[in-house]
Amino acid sequence: MTALASPAACGPEIRQERGQRAVFCGLTGIVWLHRKIQDAFFLVVGSRTCAHLIQSAAGVMIFAEPRFATAIIEERDLAGLADAHEELDRVVRRLLERRPDIRLLFLVGSCPSEVIKLDLSRAASRLSADFAPAVRVLSYSGSGIETTFTQGEDACLASLVPDLPRGTETPLLVVGALADVVEDQFARLFDDLGIGPVRFLPGRRAADRAAIGPGTRYLLAQPFLTETARALDDRGATRIPAPFPLGAEGTTLWLAAAARAFGVTPAKVVAVTEAGRARAGRALQAHRAELSGRRVFFFPDSQLEVPLARFLSREMGAELIEVGTPYLHRTHLAEELALLPDGTAVTEGQSLDDQLDRCRAARPDLTVCGLGLANPLEAEDLATKWSIELLFTPIQGYDQAGDLAGLFTRPLARRARLEA
Amino acid sequence: MQLTLWTYEGPPHIGAMRIATAMHGLHYVLHAPQGDTYADLLFTMIERRDARPPVTYTTFQARDLGSDTAEIFKRAVREAYERFRPQAMIVGASCTAELLQDDPGGLSRALGLPIPVIPLELPAYQKKENWGASETFYRLVRTLAGPPAAAPARASCNILGPTALGFRHRDDVREVRGLLERLGIAVNVVAPLGAAPADLARLSQAAFNVVLYPEVARSAAQWLERTHAQPFVETAPIGVKGTVAFVEAVAKLAGVDPAPVLSGEGSRLPWYSRSVDSTYLTGKRVFVFGDATHAVAAARVATREIGFSLVGLGTYSRELAREVRTEAAQHGIEALVTDDYLAVEAAIAAAQPELVLGTQMERHIAKRLGIPCAVISAPMHVQDVPARHAPQMGFEGANVLFDTFVHPLMMGLEEHLLAMFRDDPEFHDGVAPSHLGGRPREEAETVVVAAPATAVAPVVWSIEAERELKKVPFFVRGKARHNTERYARERALPLITVETLYDAKAHFSR
Repeated sequence: MTALASPAACGPEIRQERGQRAVFCGLTGIVWLHRKIQDAFFLVVGSRTCAHLIQSAAGVMIFAEPRFATAIIEERDLAGLADAHEELDRVVRRLLERRPDIRLLFLVGSCPSEVIKLDLSRAASRLSADFAPAVRVLSYSGSGIETTFTQGEDACLASLVPDLPRGTETPLLVVGALADVVEDQFARLFDDLGIGPVRFLPGRRAADRAAIGPGTRYLLAQPFLTETARALDDRGATRIPAPFPLGAEGTTLWLAAAARAFGVTPAKVVAVTEAGRARAGRALQAHRAELSGRRVFFFPDSQLEVPLARFLSREMGAELIEVGTPYLHRTHLAEELALLPDGTAVTEGQSLDDQLDRCRAARPDLTVCGLGLANPLEAEDLATKWSIELLFTPIQGYDQAGDLAGLFTRPLARRARLEA
Repeated sequence: MQLTLWTYEGPPHIGAMRIATAMHGLHYVLHAPQGDTYADLLFTMIERRDARPPVTYTTFQARDLGSDTAEIFKRAVREAYERFRPQAMIVGASCTAELLQDDPGGLSRALGLPIPVIPLELPAYQKKENWGASETFYRLVRTLAGPPAAAPARASCNILGPTALGFRHRDDVREVRGLLERLGIAVNVVAPLGAAPADLARLSQAAFNVVLYPEVARSAAQWLERTHAQPFVETAPIGVKGTVAFVEAVAKLAGVDPAPVLSGEGSRLPWYSRSVDSTYLTGKRVFVFGDATHAVAAARVATREIGFSLVGLGTYSRELAREVRTEAAQHGIEALVTDDYLAVEAAIAAAQPELVLGTQMERHIAKRLGIPCAVISAPMHVQDVPARHAPQMGFEGANVLFDTFVHPLMMGLEEHLLAMFRDDPEFHDGVAPSHLGGRPREEAETVVVAAPATAVAPVVWSIEAERELKKVPFFVRGKARHNTERYARERALPLITVETLYDAKAHFSR
C-alpha cells in the first residue's frame, strides 16, 4: 500500500480561473441531507428563486412529504429588519405545530437573506431557547454567494460541530454524509480492524450526537468539508490525512490511513480488506476495457472531481484532459493530488465559455458536467456523464466500486448501442 | 414571509429566460449570484433543448460584494456581446442583484453597444414567472416593432405568445398556423418562439394579431393595438367549440370565408363523445386547476363537449383571475384563486371529484387521494414535453384532449363489466387488475378519512348497512360513504341503516 501512495515527482499543474460559473448553490445539499438526518427539517429563508431551485433539484421528491421548505421573503419583509424576525418566528411556529415529529430545525441562509443581513444565527438561538428541549434550531448558509453545491453540506455539518457534547468516547469520527448502506459497510470494516467505536457525522437522527474532544481523530469521507474540519480542529480533534474512499485503491488507502493512526498492523489491514479488494477488482474488471485510454474532461461541480479523476486514471486507465473543481483544498486533497499523473491540468474555479471552448477543442471521449451542459454537449456529439448523480448514488467503498465505474461506462455503452 | 414547499411559478427572471430561449439572435445578461444557473436545466432537461439558453449570468460571489459588482456586470455584457454578436440584448437583475441596486440599464447604456440593449425591471419580490415573460415580451415589442406598414394585406396576422417551456406551445403553433393557412391568412411573424429581433421589427406589417396565450402576449398585443392600430383575437382555439369560435373570429377580421376550414374534416371528438361507450362519462365530477387560459378552456371542453360536471375550477394566475371567476360563475361555483398547493389539495378533497385536470402538482395530489388525473397546464414535467405531436389547440388538439381526459378513467365497457362481476373471485374489488400484479387495492375509504375537511364526529354504521356499502363499486364507494354520512349528520340520525344508505342515495341523485 505504501508503494501506491508514493508521491509524484512534479504533480499536477494547478491553475485558477475566474468568470461565469455554471454550478449549483449550497442550498442543493438539502436534497440529500434531509434524507440522511431523519428527524431534521431544513427551512430556507430566501426568495421564490430559492424555492424554485430546490423544487427543480428535488424533482419528484418534493411530493413525498419532504422535510424542507422555503420561507419566501416578500416586499414587506424588505421594508424593515425587525419585522423580518417576527415574520420568521411566525413561520417557524406554524411549521413546528404542523410537524411535531421534528427534533432539529436548520435555518438555511440564502443570497437574499445574506445580502439584507438577516441574522439567522441570532434567530436560531432565540428560537432554540423558545422550543427547547423538544427542538434544537441551528443555522448555516447555503447561499450561492458563499457556497458551491456540496459546500452546503460542509456548512451544515460545521453548524452541527459546536453542538456536539464534549467527551472522550469517540476515538474515530467519520465525517461526511454517506448512504446508509456504505456507512454500514465501513462500520463493519473498522470493527474488523479493531478500531472503534466509530461514529459518523451527521448521525441518522438529531439525538445521535457523538461526543468529541482532544482524543478524537476524524477521517473525512468527502473532499468538500473545509469548514467542518476547521470546526472539529477547534474542538481539539485531529484529522487523519488520507485519499478518499473511491475505487478499490482509494478505499484501501483510506482504511489504511485510519489503521496506521490507530496502530493496526499492515498485515491485519491486508487480511481485513482482502475480500473487499478482490470483489472490487472483479467488479471493476468488466469496466476497465471500456474506459481504458478514454480521454475524460471534468467540469467543476462538487469537489469530487479530483478523487474521481484519480480513480479513472489509476484504476480504469483513462486519460485526463482537464479536471475542473469549484474549489481545491490543497491540504485535504494533498494525498489525492500526489496520485494524479504528472502534468494533469487541474483548474480551480471557472470561466464557463472559455472552458467550453477548451472542451470542444479537445473533443474528449467523455465529459463529466452538470445537467445544464449535458444535452447541449451531446448535441455537439460529445458523450457526457451528468455529475449530480455522483452525489445521489452510493459510490464509496469496495462494494460500490463497480457501480461507480458503471456510471462512467453506461453513457459510452449507450452510444455504442445506438450507433450500431 | 410565505411558507412554501411547491411553487406553481418561478421568479420573474425565469419568465424573461423563457422569452430569450424561445428566440434566436437575442442574448440575456442576468445579474445574478453563483447558483442561479440552475434555471438552465429547466430548458435543457424538461424541454430537452440541444443548446444552452442564450443567457450569460454574472455569477457574483461573496468576495465580489465588497468590490465592484457593477464592473462585473459591465464586463459580462461586453464579453457576451463580443462572443455571441446578438441582434439585440436584454439585461436585468435576479432577486439578489435587485437588492444590490446596480443599475443594469444605465450600466449597459454606458457601454455604447451598437445594438439595442433593453433593460428589464422585474420586481422579484412581488411578481412571478408569467408576469416576467409578459413584461419581457412587451418591452421587446415596444422597442423593436417598426413603424406600421402603409397598407398591410388584410388577410395577414402575427401569432403571439408561444415561448420556451410553454405547455405544448410547439405543437399548438403548428396547429394554429395550419388553420390560418387553410383560411388563406398569411402568417407574418410567430413570436417569441422561433423569432429573431429582426422579425419583431416586421410585426407591424401584419393586419392583426392572434394571441395564443394572454398570460404572455396580452400586454404586447394591447400595445400594438393602441400604437399600430392592429386589432387582436384572444379566443383560445381549444376544444372543437373553441376552435370554431376562433376560426370565425379570425375569418371575420381577415375578411375571408371560414367555410374551407369549418366544412372540412374537423375533429373526431364530437363523434367519440356521442358514441355509446362515452355514455358513462355523463356527469362525472371533474375538478380543473391550472393557468387561466388552460383551466378555462379545459372546463369548457369537459362540460360542453364531453359532458362532465364541473365541481371545481381554479388558477394560480392572479393576473387573469377575473376570467376564471367569470367562467366559474357560469357553472354555479366559486373560482379558487391561489398559489398555495395545500389550499388546492383541500379543495380537491372537499369536492370529491372523479377526475382532476391540473398541473404536475395536481397529478401528485390526485395520486395521493386515489383520483384519476390528467395534466392540462404548466408547470409540467419532462413527460409533458412529448416527442409525438400533441397539441392542445385546433381540431387535432381536441382529439388529444378527448384521449387525455378519458384515458385516466376506466373505459365504459370495462367499468360496466367490473360492476357486473364485482363479486367474481378474479374480478372483485379486493384484487387489483392482473397487469398490476393482482396486489390488493387500498380501501377507497381511507381517502375519505385522509381528507382534512371531514374532521367531524364519526357516524355509526350498522353491520347490514356496512355490508350493503361494500356492494357499491369501489370507485364510487368513497363518495357513497361520504354522502350517506353527510345525510345522516344533517338529520342527526344516530345510526346508519340500509334504509339510510338508500335514502341518501335518492336524496343526492340528480
